[in-house]
Amino acid sequence: MTLKEIIEILDATVITPLGDEALNVDIRSACSADLMSAVLYYHTPDSLLITGLTQAHVIRTAEIAGIKTIVFVLGKKPDIYSIELAEEKKISLLSTSLCMYTASGRLFQAGLPGCLYK
Amino acid sequence: MPINIDKEIEGSFQIIGGNFVNAGEASTQLKLLLSKLGVDEDIIRRTAIATFEAEMNVIIYAAAGRMHYHITPRGISIKVDDMGPGIEDIELAMQEGYSTAPDWVREMGWGAGMGLPNMKKNSDIFKIDSVVGEGTTIEMVINFP
Ligand SMILES: Nc1ncnc2c1ncn2[C@@H]1O[C@H](COP(=O)(O)OP(=O)(O)OP(=O)(O)O)[C@@H](O)[C@H]1O
Ligand SMILES: [Mg+2]
Repeated sequence: MTLKEIIEILDATVITPLGDEALNVDIRSACSADLMSAVLYYHTPDSLLITGLTQAHVIRTAEIAGIKTIVFVLGKKPDIYSIELAEEKKISLLSTSLCMYTASGRLFQAGLPGCLYK
Repeated sequence: MPINIDKEIEGSFQIIGGNFVNAGEASTQLKLLLSKLGVDEDIIRRTAIATFEAEMNVIIYAAAGRMHYHITPRGISIKVDDMGPGIEDIELAMQEGYSTAPDWVREMGWGAGMGLPNMKKNSDIFKIDSVVGEGTTIEMVINFP
């Protein structure tokens, strides 16, 4: 599923500027979590992270895990420091007004599977 | 890309307890260095996860600490030691889901009780040593394929 499709499915707003390349990135799985160690334990690299936390260390967790796209739920938006950090690390940030359950459900229904436990 | 390590490389980072804004900086720097050396992606990811978890524990639980790395043609050795409260029951702390993280730490997304298991899972050799009232030392080795 492309990032462009994900944005449409979630009615998401784009926080970091996205070029064509980023919009056409193929995302194969997603992981919904508010616990960073769970992300680090269960993630698959290149998956989408759906979370309600917006602090800078969430961006760093994504970087460490090799996650390149984050969707913040409930309309949350990170502060400018986190946005700059994400841009520097080439991590795309989106925000949706949906809750975590609905956002995950919509993507799953559209065919995006969960991360595989490795 | 072949691994470009003909001599051993050593270095260390200071970690300051409670400094959440820069949390992950040490692990990120090490990750960058390994990328520059052309180390295998999977090894980099495992090292990054293991060091990041160790770094976060120092930031959350200790006053200060240090991460020391030693890269050889065979692999990466990491030692993270801190001046902190220490761990009373290491066996318990190693269990998945065990955490003493206070609420404010949980609100930041830490405290799943998965950090130490994550370090063990991602390293080939994992050792933990702790003295209550003095501090904790984690030693990890990740071998190159
Ligand atoms: N460096 C340390 N100093 C003192 N206590 C520690 C240290 N590292 C871990 N502990 C203790 O061991 C427990 C388990 O640590 P672990 O990293 O596995 O989980 P956590 O930090 O509680 O949660 P998570 O890592 O999933 O965010 C901690 O809650 C804490 O009580
Ligand atoms: Mg931890």
